[in-house]
Amino acid sequence: MSQPDSTMKTIVTATILCVVCSFAVSAAAVALRPMQEENKVLDRQRNILDAAGLSLGEFGKPAAELDKEQIEALWAWVSPELVDLETGEVNADLDPEKYEPREAAKKDEDSIEITDPQFDIGVPRREKVARVYYVKKPGSEKIEMVVLPVYGKGLWSTLYGYMALKNDLETIAGLTFYEHAETPGLGGEVDNTKWKAQWVGNKLYDTDGNPAARVAKGPAPDGDEFAVDGLSGATITCRGVTNLVRYWAGPNGYGPFLDKVKKRLTGDASAEADQPESSVESGVEQYDIDNVGPKEPVGE
Amino acid sequence: MAAPKVGKVLFGPVIDNNPIALQILGICSALAVTTSIQVSIVMSLAVIAVTGCSNAAVSSIRHYIPGSIRIIVQMTVIASLVIVVDQVLKAYMYDISKQLSVFVGLIITNCIVMGRAEGFAMKNGVWISFLDGIGNGMGYGLVLIVVAFFRELFGSGSLLGFELFQLDRNDGWYNPNNLMLLPPSAFFIIGFMIWVIRLNKPEQIEEA
Repeated sequence: MSQPDSTMKTIVTATILCVVCSFAVSAAAVALRPMQEENKVLDRQRNILDAAGLSLGEFGKPAAELDKEQIEALWAWVSPELVDLETGEVNADLDPEKYEPREAAKKDEDSIEITDPQFDIGVPRREKVARVYYVKKPGSEKIEMVVLPVYGKGLWSTLYGYMALKNDLETIAGLTFYEHAETPGLGGEVDNTKWKAQWVGNKLYDTDGNPAARVAKGPAPDGDEFAVDGLSGATITCRGVTNLVRYWAGPNGYGPFLDKVKKRLTGDASAEADQPESSVESGVEQYDIDNVGPKEPVGE
Repeated sequence: MAAPKVGKVLFGPVIDNNPIALQILGICSALAVTTSIQVSIVMSLAVIAVTGCSNAAVSSIRHYIPGSIRIIVQMTVIASLVIVVDQVLKAYMYDISKQLSVFVGLIITNCIVMGRAEGFAMKNGVWISFLDGIGNGMGYGLVLIVVAFFRELFGSGSLLGFELFQLDRNDGWYNPNNLMLLPPSAFFIIGFMIWVIRLNKPEQIEEA
């Protein structure tokens, strides 16, 4: 074979190679896109279910071990909503399924600059509109929990996670991080299930309504309803977690939104008290559905 | 040049001519992805697939590759294969691909892949090049898995995610060695491995 070194041949070879390679790459990307999207959505759902403790509560194991049908069954309890963080009002203009908060945080027009925050989450901007999730028992309109996406800087990375609040909106129902690059074994212990379990039932605000939940330095003092144990060797990650929990709970984060929800919830409760019959009815309905709910997965 | 033997091409790189231990190639990812065995296994499979296929692809077009752009051609082939592998991982092994993050993409710059394409596949037939790629991938994978074995055992007290030593933070007795979870520990382990291999194979010792 002759040496294929003429300029013409070089160009032809390069062109053919590029076409073949780009065809292979785009074929793979297009063919696998639906599965990748599905994985992403499932992953997000798992994390939200874990934060709300639904997976452990219903199936006794973390959401990572559930299969797709079980996730879908639990996901029926969860409904997303977009809220404007500044006013706390519902944002109806955007599609909650399509909206990407992390993309919005990168765009100037969809985000605000975080200037001189009381609690520094270490990122320059945050999105204006956030996607929150309500957890309701199937068939019931009563909000059981609110799940809020939170993020903030640790030592090496930005930690992304979800914080679930019980329907008094002052008690933490769970906190999980689904993405971070902290040192495994040190800061990475934010994923430790035992540590995460300490958050459950802790109070988020002090009596003055200021965010007070924190990661202690060393073991949490006995009877301190705001603190969880510090992670040894992870001072900066712990400080980051304290700051991000407080920032998002505070007036610059979900504060206005939580106030609105609280008003709505107390409004609902007094309305229910006026009509005792309807509340009994809904109670019965809930009871039935509770009995049906866990049976489905047992049968599998 | 005598035709290379299949057995030697396939298994030579695993111990005798290990790309990491003897050629000291591909160290970067060996440090980064070896905190757990599961992740290392997936990374090894990805590298085996890429080295095997890229060697085969480069070898099959070796008579048509103009000498002046051969490195770029190899690079393009390797990069395309890595992207395909990355996409497959994202679709079928989402959790692990999240842990491997950028390191799958960085297979493109793994010297082993390029080194074998340029050093072997450009001169040899398709089948034997493919085996050479697989062999070198296995050599790389072996080191990765050995390193990960020690790092996961002493750093997390578990193997393949199965807890062997109960950690003190889970009310057990074992206080994990945090150094094992940090990248430098892989240097020590690879160093010890090279020492052990060279004790048994003195011919690998380089002249001082």
